[in-house]
Amino acid sequence: MKKNLSALVALAAGLCPGLAMAQEIDSGSTAWLLTSTALVLLMTLPGLALFYGGLVRTRNVLSVLMQCFALCCVISLIWVVFGYSLAFGEGNGWIGGLSKLWMRGVEVDSVSGAIPETVFAMFQLTFAIITPALIIGGFAERTRFAGMLLFSILWLVIVYFPVAHWVWASDGWLFARGFRDFAGGAVVHVNAGVAALVAALVIRNRTGFPTQAMPPHNVTMTVIGASLLWVGWFGFNAGSALAANGAAGMAMLVTHIGAAAGATAWMTIEWLKFGKPSVLGIVTGMVAGLGTITPASGFVGPMGAVIIGLVAGVICFFATQFIKRKLKIDDSLDVFPVHGVGGFTGLLLTAVFSATQFDGLGLPEGVSIGQQLGVQLLGAVVTAVWCGVATFVILKIVNVVTALRVSPEQENEGLDLVLHGESGYSL
Amino acid sequence: MKLITAVVKPFRLDDVRNALAEVGVQGMTVTEVKGFGRQRGHTELYRGAEYVVDFLPKVKVEVAVTDELVERVIEAIIGAAKTGKVGDGKIFVTDLAQVYRIRTGETGDQAI
Repeated sequence: MKKNLSALVALAAGLCPGLAMAQEIDSGSTAWLLTSTALVLLMTLPGLALFYGGLVRTRNVLSVLMQCFALCCVISLIWVVFGYSLAFGEGNGWIGGLSKLWMRGVEVDSVSGAIPETVFAMFQLTFAIITPALIIGGFAERTRFAGMLLFSILWLVIVYFPVAHWVWASDGWLFARGFRDFAGGAVVHVNAGVAALVAALVIRNRTGFPTQAMPPHNVTMTVIGASLLWVGWFGFNAGSALAANGAAGMAMLVTHIGAAAGATAWMTIEWLKFGKPSVLGIVTGMVAGLGTITPASGFVGPMGAVIIGLVAGVICFFATQFIKRKLKIDDSLDVFPVHGVGGFTGLLLTAVFSATQFDGLGLPEGVSIGQQLGVQLLGAVVTAVWCGVATFVILKIVNVVTALRVSPEQENEGLDLVLHGESGYSL
Repeated sequence: MKLITAVVKPFRLDDVRNALAEVGVQGMTVTEVKGFGRQRGHTELYRGAEYVVDFLPKVKVEVAVTDELVERVIEAIIGAAKTGKVGDGKIFVTDLAQVYRIRTGETGDQAI
């Protein structure tokens, strides 16, 4: 929300030279956003890469690390050529224009709100990197590298840039309706979750799922990755204040609480249900808590965060059981139940816990909880539907151009050797 | 001469090694192996998905001994490897036709 306000201020200042004072760069805010950008990149490399890498089998560990790394590189290039312009350039309510193609106009002294525009563009780039990287968990261990790359690029252009524009750009249609998504509950988490689910359905289950055992090959690696995600998330959420101020401080506080509450809830359910609290369970609950607090992080107070985190741990746990055990959909690393369901839940709870009577920082003037809930539901549903349909179509197109899936023999041999010519371990 | 092959719990290996040294065994071969007997495997649970792990990690110790040492070696291994719980392992004793020391060409008891 704050990023929208800053964009508005920047826009207004650009139109009226008299407002040029509002374009002063604040060194404190700039320092925090430089730091936040590094923290969000750390979430993907190596955070998410290790989190996912540990969850797959030994023969596929490199394929996951490679996908995260390659996405970071390719998306960065797309971002400077046209991605930033489509997402945040002036356009209409649905998509940005081409005014910032090749980063045109993003000069060393360009200002966005209280920070240099270069920093804003870099900060937003790290979000555009992590979202497709999250999706790969849905189709891990069976997808060809070329297919993954082509899908991710098309998905970024057709789904990510528009949705980021709807929600965060000053002329976005959801932004105009007062949709509250502070750091990416819809843009990042619902988007990634729904895309992963659709991809898992289209690319189909791993050979042998669900009868054959496919346990994580290195839970220690997963815990290291998850811990990096927790730290990086401070940049993700508190950085989304786009300033070093009280809102950033509160966002960091509620982010931390959300993670702790989600982790505690998941651990407790496992302990009660299965008799043992698992390490994988506690870190998965942490990610669920973080994904769920993300849209709410600039709007809610500490008590709201406790409830949001606890709800996240419980709902995402049962969603995981339902998708994998009941429906037998091989969303391999549980992206939809954790990120999709978490992000959706967080968007709705944002309406409730923004309200001052529930410890929140306040709803917009004259807007009731019910009205805000309606806007939140609209934004979440439209994002999910657009993402779901577009993901399906993109995958079908990609599959015509280049095979999405490796052969059963290659799958059995492992993607590391077959696609990358390497082994993760020589012990 | 006998070849004594003992499959034991991995965390008893140091005790087995020390006990064998005490009765005069001068060399052994150790391999990390997996398997199951009456202990069967166990189940592991990842995000609610249950996996049955059939093969448990064990350590296989192979010792070649002279006939007069066989009883004491077996007693030493049992003494060191026994916890009294299911899964303590097994000892296999087989006849050994011949032993050569590669460096000197010695054979039989001399080579052990």
